[in-house]
Amino acid sequence: MTLTKAELADLLFEKVGLNKREAKDMVESFFEEIRGALENGDSVKLSSFGNFQLRDKPQRPGRNPKTGEEIPITARRVVTFHASQKLKLAVENIKRDSNGNIRQ
Amino acid sequence: MTKSELIDRLAARFPQLVAKDADFAVKMILDAMAAALARGERIEIRGFGSFALNYRPPRVGRNPKSGEKVQVAEKYVPHFKAGKELRERVDLSH
Repeated sequence: MTLTKAELADLLFEKVGLNKREAKDMVESFFEEIRGALENGDSVKLSSFGNFQLRDKPQRPGRNPKTGEEIPITARRVVTFHASQKLKLAVENIKRDSNGNIRQ
Repeated sequence: MTKSELIDRLAARFPQLVAKDADFAVKMILDAMAAALARGERIEIRGFGSFALNYRPPRVGRNPKSGEKVQVAEKYVPHFKAGKELRERVDLSH
């Protein structure tokens, strides 16, 4: 199972009482506000869930893995996510069997 | 931007809703995301990114104070991978 925007919108429809249109727009706006803040160079701190931060990475040497040719990897800004202590603790104790299925 | 600022911005986007709805919606979304990960599920938000769990095998660690060896159990840690749109927008604004 994978959680997607559709399930989140259903949840807002059922639990918050937004209509279907508003629920879909709210989920879209939620992620858009986070993208917008990060785009503007602002980090995003969602207590109890985690923080989205920006990292400026300098140019570094790279290689085309097929041809072995050296190509510089350009300087870039990337997003990193740091889970809150609460979220880390919540996922820490998941156990899987040898087939990769969750045991508890 | 903090959670309360996010709530304020969403409330401003939805003037037809009461402010409490934006507050409730944000908490509901974050709770659902945390609960999905706690069940071992993935989260995939197109244009934003995906959250999954990375496995950390058991290892022998050390108590940094006493230097004593301690067995650290296997565990899962949350991992986020930014989606294409987020990656490009963040980098372009650089």
